[in-house]
Amino acid sequence: MAKSNNLSLIRELVASDFKLRYQGSILGYLWSLLRPLMLFGVLYVVFTKVIRIGDGVPYYPAYLLLGLVLWTFFTEATLSGMNAITGRGDLIRKVAIPKYIIVISTNVSALVNFSLNMVVVGIFMVAGDVPLRWTLLVVPLLIAELMIFALAVSFLLSALFVKFRDISHIWDVVLQVFFYAVPILYPLTFPPQRIAEFISINPLTQIFQDIRWLAITPQTRTTENVFNSQIGRIIPIAIILLIIVLAWWYFRRSSKRFAEEL
Amino acid sequence: MSDKLALSISHLHKDFRLPHERKNSLKEWVLHFKRPSYEKLHALRDINLEVKKGEFFGIVGRNGSGKSTLLKIIAGIYQPTHGQVRVNGTLTPFIELGIGFNPELTGRENVYLNGVILGLTRRQVEARYQEIVNFAELEKFMDQRLKNYSSGMQVRLAFAIAKEAHNDILLIDEVLAVGDAAFQRKCYKVFKDIKQSGKTVIFVTHDMAAVQEYCDRAMMIQDSKVLMIGKPREVALRYEVANAAVAVERPSGEAKPGKTARPRNPEIKLIKIETRANQTATTDFRLDDDILVDIDFKVNAKTEAVQFNLFLVKPDGIYLAGINTIGDLGQFKPTVGKHRISCKLSSEQLPKGEYFVNTGVYTYAKPPRLIDILDTSYGENVPKIMMTDRSLTQSGEFFIKGEWGHDEKVS
Repeated sequence: MAKSNNLSLIRELVASDFKLRYQGSILGYLWSLLRPLMLFGVLYVVFTKVIRIGDGVPYYPAYLLLGLVLWTFFTEATLSGMNAITGRGDLIRKVAIPKYIIVISTNVSALVNFSLNMVVVGIFMVAGDVPLRWTLLVVPLLIAELMIFALAVSFLLSALFVKFRDISHIWDVVLQVFFYAVPILYPLTFPPQRIAEFISINPLTQIFQDIRWLAITPQTRTTENVFNSQIGRIIPIAIILLIIVLAWWYFRRSSKRFAEEL
Repeated sequence: MSDKLALSISHLHKDFRLPHERKNSLKEWVLHFKRPSYEKLHALRDINLEVKKGEFFGIVGRNGSGKSTLLKIIAGIYQPTHGQVRVNGTLTPFIELGIGFNPELTGRENVYLNGVILGLTRRQVEARYQEIVNFAELEKFMDQRLKNYSSGMQVRLAFAIAKEAHNDILLIDEVLAVGDAAFQRKCYKVFKDIKQSGKTVIFVTHDMAAVQEYCDRAMMIQDSKVLMIGKPREVALRYEVANAAVAVERPSGEAKPGKTARPRNPEIKLIKIETRANQTATTDFRLDDDILVDIDFKVNAKTEAVQFNLFLVKPDGIYLAGINTIGDLGQFKPTVGKHRISCKLSSEQLPKGEYFVNTGVYTYAKPPRLIDILDTSYGENVPKIMMTDRSLTQSGEFFIKGEWGHDEKVS
C-alpha cells in the first residue's frame, strides 16, 4: 500500500477513535481536559497546603501541572498502545493492514489530547507569571524524545500482549510505581542522593525534569545535576535506545503471526 | 515471474500450530516452563497455482478444505510456512465485506473508514463518495448511524465501497449470499464489468452456477490439497459429485488433478449399470416412460453398512440430480457374492435431452468413504440415456401435465 494511504489510515483511525470516545457525553472533549485538571486540583491542595513539598519550587502550579500532563500522555499512549493489536483483531484477521499503523494511530490519539492539555499548561504559565525564556524552543525536542519512548514501549507491549494477557496487569502496576518513582509531584531535590540517582536512571525523570528546566525554571534539578555530569542524560537515552531496538526486533518478528494468534 | 501472470504460487505449505493447552498468561508460562506441546495442523499442502492476468479464477472446496486459508495467504494476512506466493500488481487485500464497520458511526464515517482500510486514500474516497452512495441507494441514510441500518443496507454499502476499492487483483469471498434479488443482480453486473475491464479476479464460492457463468478456470481444494484445476464445468461437476447427497471423502492418494482413477481392489466392486424400460434394455426413453436402472455389484468381503448413490450428469458435465439408498434401503449390508439392485426413476421428471447415468457406493459412516464408482468423469463406461418427446398430446422441452375441462356454456 502506498505511503499516502498510511497517512489516511492513521487519520481515519484517530478520527473515529475520537468520535466514538466522546459520543453521547455532553461535555464531550472537555473531559480529556478536566481529568488531569481535577487531579491537578487535588494534588495541588495536598502538596501546597497539607504536605508542603512544593513550597520551595518556583511556579509550583505550572511545574506540577506540566508534570501531570506529560505523565498523562505517557500513560494514555502506552495503555492504548498496548491494547492496539488485541483490540483490533477484527481488522488484523481480515485485511493485510500494516500492523504498526494501528499502534501509531493510538499514540497519535494520545498526542492530540496532549497538545490540547499543553494549551492549558500554557495558560497556567502565563497566569503564574512564568518568565518566557528562549530555552522554550528546545522543548519540542524533548517532547519528541517522550513520544519516541512512548511509541517504543507501545510496540513492545502491544506485541507481548498478544501472547501474554498478564501484561496489562503488570503494566498497570508498573505505571502505579512510576507515578511515585518519577518526580512528578515532588522536586528531585526532595529524595536523598542515593535514591535521587536511582530515580534519575528512568528516562521519564530525565525528560520531565529537562522539560521543566527549559520551560518553567532553571532551578529545576535535572538528572544531569544529580549525577553532576552528562551521564545523567546518557543512561536514560541509552535505555530508550535499548527499548527501541528490543521493540523493533520483537514487534517485527511477532507481527507476522498476529492474524493467527488473535 | 512472467509478465502475463498475476499470481504465482509454488509449493505452498501452511501449518498451524495448535497448542494443546493455550497458555495465555505469564503465570502459566512460567509454571509450565518446558516447551508447550503443539499439534500441527496442515492447512495447506504443496499448493501450486498460476493465475494469468485478466483471468477470472474460481476456488471451490468444502468448509475446512483450506480455501479460506489460501485466500488469506494470497491476501498477505497469513504468512506461508514454506513455499512462495508472488503477486504481480496491486491487490485488494480484503476477504470480507465491511471490515472495520462500526455500528456507532454514521454511514458517511464508515465509508471513509472502510475505504482507507481497503487501501484507498482519503482523497480517493472523497472522489468516489457519491458513486458509492448512489450504488448503495442509501442517499437519505448516510448521516444515520450504521446500527440503524438493516443488514441488507449494510451489505449494500459494504459492496459499494469494495467495488470502488478495486485494484489489479480482486479477492472475493462469498459475498453474494446476501442482499435482495435486485441488489444481487446489480452485483453480478459489477462482476461482469470487472471481468470485461480485464482485471484479475480470484473468487471463492460454493455457488457452482456462478463458477460456471463467470470463471475462466477453477480449482477445487480438498483436504488441504489441490484436487483439480480445470474448466469451471469439470470442477463444478467434481464439486457437486463430492457433495452429492452423500458428502464423499475420497480415498487419499488419488488426488491427481485432471484424471482420477477408480479405487483399486474395493471391498465392493461395481460391475455394471444398465437402463431399461419395462423388461427391455434400452437407452432411449420417452418423457412419460419410467426409467429403470439396474446396478450389478460383487461383494468381495464382509463389509460395514453401505449406501449407493445414483446420479445424473448432463453431457457437458453439469451435475443434475442424485438419489441414494438411505431412504429405501437404510443401512444396507449386502452379503458376500453378486447382487443386483435397481432403482425406478418415475416418468415425467426429466426434460428432453441426454444424460449420463452414474453410480457410486460409499460407506454409511460420517463422513462417507468412497468404495467404488462408475462415473463418466472417471472415464468409465456408463449408459447415456436419451429422453425424447413422442407424445401426441404434449410437446416441448418437458412432459407438461395438465387436464382440460369444458364448462358447457358461459353467458
